[in-house]
Amino acid sequence: MNLSPDEIIFWQCGFFKLNATIVFTWGLMLVMAVGSLLITRNISIGLARSRWQNLLEIVATLTEKQIEEVGLGHPRKYLPFLGTLFLFVAMAALFTVFPGYEPPTGSLSTTAALALCVFVAVPLFGIIERGFGNYLKSYVQPTFIMLPFNIISELSRTLALAVRLFGNMMSGAMIIGILLTITPFIFPVVMKALGLLTGMVQAYIFFILSTVYIAAATRVNTSKSEVDPIEP
Amino acid sequence: MLIDWFTIAAQVLNFLILVWLMKRFLYKPILDAIDAREERITRELADADAKKAEAQKESAAFERKNQEFDQQRNALLSQATEEVKVERQRLLDEVLQAAEALRAKRQEALVREQQTLNDEITRRTRKEVFAITRKTLTDLAGASLEERISEVFRRRLRELDAEAKGRFAKILNTSSAPVLVRSAFELPAEQRAAIHQALNETFAAEIDVCFEIAPDLISGIELTANGRRIAWSIADYLTSLEESIGELLQGPAKPKTKPEVDPATQAEPKPKPGTQPVAAKETQ
Repeated sequence: MNLSPDEIIFWQCGFFKLNATIVFTWGLMLVMAVGSLLITRNISIGLARSRWQNLLEIVATLTEKQIEEVGLGHPRKYLPFLGTLFLFVAMAALFTVFPGYEPPTGSLSTTAALALCVFVAVPLFGIIERGFGNYLKSYVQPTFIMLPFNIISELSRTLALAVRLFGNMMSGAMIIGILLTITPFIFPVVMKALGLLTGMVQAYIFFILSTVYIAAATRVNTSKSEVDPIEP
Repeated sequence: MLIDWFTIAAQVLNFLILVWLMKRFLYKPILDAIDAREERITRELADADAKKAEAQKESAAFERKNQEFDQQRNALLSQATEEVKVERQRLLDEVLQAAEALRAKRQEALVREQQTLNDEITRRTRKEVFAITRKTLTDLAGASLEERISEVFRRRLRELDAEAKGRFAKILNTSSAPVLVRSAFELPAEQRAAIHQALNETFAAEIDVCFEIAPDLISGIELTANGRRIAWSIADYLTSLEESIGELLQGPAKPKTKPEVDPATQAEPKPKPGTQPVAAKETQ
């Protein structure tokens, strides 16, 4: 039994290796890209449109609305990054219904990579929005003493993002694996449904936390403590 | 080891590629489509609002025009009613006047016609009466009548009043022409002599006399000298009577009071007191 899909290696050449995480990520990417391409190929701007287009429109508008509700002024600017984050995590959890599939988010490497992206994106958006000086100044708010704590906060929340998603996704897979050995019938199906729900919730949490971090970094003239979210 | 650095790097790269792919194939077209649709809906709504406003404006204008039309129609209707009333009254008056005028005209025409008829009847009657009278007297006229007439003429001549006698004598004296004695029939010699004698006696002078026959006198004798005349004839009587009746009929038409023409009474004219002294009348 593997704890992470990283351990399933299909091909390796020195430092380079092709493990299940990468392969399933590619698969997801392919499905998402081709699916989007097929749906948006015959896109309609009229009132009559296909169901798939409707679905994508609902997803896009809901995501945009969520970003706006969190407090980001121009949601369109952040939608590709934050929306893709949500969609990737959600799709990774959703595809667990297929037998033999291992969610890439069940690998700490993937979640760490996503957290790393957020970790880089937060200051990047902050600097774009507020300017380099203003963004750096936010680390010494309200006093200079807070600087180390702010830096620790940045690091720890990135780590928390990675570990939280990994733990939840991995535990789901682990529970299924363990249950299959104890009660091979019916009960794993229930746990699988529960796992789907958990995966969706985790996707939402990951997305909303990233949004909140970016919102906090881009907010002008606002004390950091005021917008610091309460982490679940 | 749960963390594999190569996998992390690969996943970061994969994620970034996925972000680009999603942006390229999902969010951009979807958001563009949504924007286009929203713009279209907004445009259509604005268009609908504009049309609605225009329709409301049109409706208000129509309503206003309708009201104006109603008011105008009512005004025109009342005006027309009033005009018709006035016109009706005027026409009625006109018709009444015309009827009155026509009635009066007809009455006048009737009166005129009646008068004309009466006149015609009177004229004809008169004519007939005189014709009959003339005929009768002409038939009766004869030698004995002439003799009697001559006698009467002579007597009248002698009975002339002094004034008339004087006037006539004066004329006879101044005139050199013979006195003309006209009679309806040829006077016998003795009567001629008698008349001549009577003349001489009356005017106490020798008068030159010339005798002439004039059938239009019907019966009688007429003495003419220098425009003056002394006559006694039935024609004179008749002319006098005719003139008298003519004067009577010349008066205003009084159909009811107009005397009915009685040929029996007209056949024999009776000289009225006012018209009687024709027997030996002196005319100029």
